[in-house]
Amino acid sequence: MFDLINPSKIFYLIEKIINFINSIFFIILIIALTFALILSPPDYLQGDSVRIMYVHVPSAWIGLASFTSIALLSILNFIFKIKNLHLISKSIAPLGLMFTCLAIITGSLWGQPTWGTWWAWDARITSMVVLAIFYILFILANKLIEQKDKANKISNIIAIVGLANIPIIKFSVDWWNTLHQPSSIKLDGTSSIHSSMLLPLMLMFLVLLLYCALILLMKYKTEIIRIKKKNIKRI
Amino acid sequence: MLTNKVKKRISFLGLLLVSVVTAVFFILKSLSNNILYFKSPTEIKLSQDIVYTKKIRVGGMVKKNSIDISDKEIKFIITDLNNELVVSFKGTVPNLFSEGKGVVAEGRLQDKDFFIADRILAKHDEKYMPPELKDIMKKNVE
Repeated sequence: MFDLINPSKIFYLIEKIINFINSIFFIILIIALTFALILSPPDYLQGDSVRIMYVHVPSAWIGLASFTSIALLSILNFIFKIKNLHLISKSIAPLGLMFTCLAIITGSLWGQPTWGTWWAWDARITSMVVLAIFYILFILANKLIEQKDKANKISNIIAIVGLANIPIIKFSVDWWNTLHQPSSIKLDGTSSIHSSMLLPLMLMFLVLLLYCALILLMKYKTEIIRIKKKNIKRI
Repeated sequence: MLTNKVKKRISFLGLLLVSVVTAVFFILKSLSNNILYFKSPTEIKLSQDIVYTKKIRVGGMVKKNSIDISDKEIKFIITDLNNELVVSFKGTVPNLFSEGKGVVAEGRLQDKDFFIADRILAKHDEKYMPPELKDIMKKNVE
């Protein structure tokens, strides 16, 4: 079991998974885009701007999920000092930041035609900006602090403190009056999105998840190579 | 596996989490009025300390058959189904502004029943459906 998460052994496995994702990625991407842009109907109110949702919602989910996993890995890393976990969370962080920013930008593009404004300082949008700031702090702590142990510790604490923001983002639309609408897909699985629109949404989510897996594995591989180069036998 | 060092770190994290959550809770609680993006007509009716010169936002639903468009201004009623507020606005409204839909108006209160807006934002709900389905639903209601 512990042999499996040994970076030297996992190297070849990563290579295989990357090749597999590469082979199916573009096929699924084309299917998802066909559904999202051509086959799915426009919305009865928003018209074609509903299509922005197919990128916005999955990006926001991935932004939240990435930070949650970084925080959970950080908790384990902080307690048990498994350096490998830190390599993983370091590889997730740029992806999470990118998708959080993508969610904010696509949300802004959607807000102009629907709400009539690019930006509103309501609870949901503000808490998403706070999430992006936490990502930036996490990445900067790793980049700027020279001593590895110290960087490790400080970035872990940043991630753990940032964990408190996650439920705030999720429930901001229920706790306070916001301009942002409440979630369409509830935690109990019910949804107020018509099935003809739910399908492209889920397909796009799958595509973006595959993309994340691809970039994450490539980045993790680079981190391992970086360590191998320093001639450290075990981490 | 649970050495003393590990136990120490766990209790440190526990303490950290508890203190962060309490701090955030109190910050949000003291800010609770500012976090609300808009007030409902009922909240305005009940509040004692309204500053009439300050810009505020009011939100709710546009009451059915209340939109009155003249050359100079557009007038409508915001309702939260308990209380109502008359809003007057000069300018263009967003595409999604219509009867029975959510709306947020930014501007100043004249008195507790009359509001002059500088800006109107449409609030979208969480429902997404194709236009044909909407037509069928309308027919079923009629």
